[in-house]
Amino acid sequence: MPSHTISVLVENEFGVLARVAGLFSSRGFNIESLTVNEDPLDPTVSRIVLVTSGDDAILEQINKQLNKLISVIKVTDFKGVDIVEREMVVVKIAVDERTRSELDSIVSAFRAHVVDIGRNAVTVELTGDSEKIMAFIELVRPLGIKEMVRSGKVAMARAVQLNENHHRRPA
Amino acid sequence: MKKLTGAQIVIESLLAEGVDVIFGYPGGAILPTYDALLDSKIKHVLVRHEQGAAHMAEGYARVTGKPGVVMVTSGPGATNAVTGIADAYMDSTPMVVLSGQVSTSLIGNDAFQEADIVGITRPCSKHNYLVKDVRDLARIIKEAFYIAGSGRPGPVVVDLPKDVQQAEHTFKFPETIELRGYKPTIRGNPRQIERVIEAIEKSERPLFYVGGGVQWSGAAPELQQLSRGLGIPVTETLMALGSMPASDPLRLGMLGMHGSYATNTAVCNTDCLIAIGARFDDRVTGRLANFAPKAETIVHIDIDPSSISKNVKVDIPIVGDIKHVLTDMLALAKGREGIARRRAAWQKWHQQIQRWQKDKPLYENGKRADHITPVQVIGELYELTKGECIVATDVGQHQMWVAQLFPFERPRSFLTSGGLGTMGYGLPAGIGAKFAAPDREVVVVSGDGSIQMNIQELGTAVEYGIDIKVIILNNYFLGMVRQWQEKFYNERYSYSAMSVPNFVKLAEAYGAHGFRIEKPKDLAKTMKEAFATRGPVLIDVAIPKEEAVMPMIPPGGAMSEMLLA
Repeated sequence: MPSHTISVLVENEFGVLARVAGLFSSRGFNIESLTVNEDPLDPTVSRIVLVTSGDDAILEQINKQLNKLISVIKVTDFKGVDIVEREMVVVKIAVDERTRSELDSIVSAFRAHVVDIGRNAVTVELTGDSEKIMAFIELVRPLGIKEMVRSGKVAMARAVQLNENHHRRPA
Repeated sequence: MKKLTGAQIVIESLLAEGVDVIFGYPGGAILPTYDALLDSKIKHVLVRHEQGAAHMAEGYARVTGKPGVVMVTSGPGATNAVTGIADAYMDSTPMVVLSGQVSTSLIGNDAFQEADIVGITRPCSKHNYLVKDVRDLARIIKEAFYIAGSGRPGPVVVDLPKDVQQAEHTFKFPETIELRGYKPTIRGNPRQIERVIEAIEKSERPLFYVGGGVQWSGAAPELQQLSRGLGIPVTETLMALGSMPASDPLRLGMLGMHGSYATNTAVCNTDCLIAIGARFDDRVTGRLANFAPKAETIVHIDIDPSSISKNVKVDIPIVGDIKHVLTDMLALAKGREGIARRRAAWQKWHQQIQRWQKDKPLYENGKRADHITPVQVIGELYELTKGECIVATDVGQHQMWVAQLFPFERPRSFLTSGGLGTMGYGLPAGIGAKFAAPDREVVVVSGDGSIQMNIQELGTAVEYGIDIKVIILNNYFLGMVRQWQEKFYNERYSYSAMSVPNFVKLAEAYGAHGFRIEKPKDLAKTMKEAFATRGPVLIDVAIPKEEAVMPMIPPGGAMSEMLLA
């Protein structure tokens, strides 16, 4: 089933994440990824970006049920919208003299950053869309991943919507 | 400005909301508010169990249209009310529940009588609040009443920690409400309303399918006007009974699992189904794939956008308050040529339905010489009340018999648990109704199983001198369970037989009156005597266990597969 990214603007109040998460669990909807943060420009609101999966009917219900929550101010469904989406991963990778240069070249090819160096391990931070993150993990996996933490997704509509133009069929 | 305690702010806020009665039960964490309540003119009804309080508030709300108010203590007080809260949520009943909570410093400590009631009621309330600061209290109560009563109504829980009830603050009840995440749509989209009229004009066999939303919106007059003006028949869900007077030939009665042959056949044959304030519940539709198979157009008018296209894909959705939408439809339909042209076809369609009604009426042989039938009891009830009474029921066979057979003439007169199917609803709901409409006759119809679920509220009825009649259709079985076991479980009656108390003695022990009827020849006379007795009165009527609710769509079956006997 296709994945969809939804951005939910909510009141920044006690229990609001439980309301959103509870809605998904009680109605049998899936959450694949979730990020929550207070809006730095307006601390009375928080933004939840979540990735869910389902057909059109399920997605429509998710939208409506989210909108029904009193604490939800706005639901933005990114279905059919060109978006900028980013995840972050921090990976602690085993290194020795043999593999150090290989890791260096992967890090620079991906424009990742080394954030911590130890004798036997290097910790790398990478930001990008899901495909880039996955590709990076696959490449460093043979070196030995000691520890890894990956964030949920954040997303925003692009200023220019190419997608919209594609849909506009000639008359 | 003088400072009030949180408890006093609660009471002042309730007064500002026009609350005249509270159903509740005191306990440790809510004591400050009970103390403040003693000085106010608000009437308090002391129940015997908090579930009873919640159902009373539901009965009150159903009759008045205003939120019913419940006050309970923390922990078990609040958890006991949860079934009633869930019931109100399923049946879109406005309710405000004020629950005590342990002091904020103790929350999360597993303190005495602590329960996370905000967490527990999150999935079964329209909204809920934990008040952490006395400064928010008046605003939250104002919001709670607004949310409970507006849009698609529902229960709102306000959890009040003891220290917040004791803290002091100046009282100012807010005049306006600012809820940026909650703005119900009232007016329907005019273009969509036009499309509905056009779809009706195109149809030859249109049918209104109306639900409880018509009653909450107060739209029964508009519905009647529209149905009669166009000559289009109306089928009602359990929650809508009374929206269209039973004496009107255009009223087809209840559809669905226990709908009549004619009504369900009409649903199977309509080419334009107009759903109004209903939600395509599985007990209505049967197997979804075969629901209204000939409907070329399905219209759905509802104030809750999430109800639309949830179960059945709808062709023309309209989000709005039903009263407004129907008013707009009436204005638009007036004098339209397309409608005048269709009138003859619609009349033919209505005549066809009436022939089905004649061919296969409900309970053709409703009388027996050797025992009392439910049909007779409900017939007697009609004779005694002329259909003007409020009827509250529990859940099971007796509920379906009332729904099928009692000719409701007015909206807000049938109180029953539809969505959640809560046994034990009837008696407390009936008591709540009597507080809402003291001048109307209130009758509870129950079963021997259901009545025992909240029988303790007989104590409340006696204490407050409630003139209420309770008819128990007694077959010494959980009748609906037995019926399913008979038909779908090879007559294996697994734990559905039940011994019952002597209801006459039980009534008398509570200080109420009790009657027992066993023979058909005594039915009319004893019922008359019981109804002439000032209540509470319990009337225990023996009926045979074999009496079944018919017709019936087998669970998971299609409407067209209904069993007639």
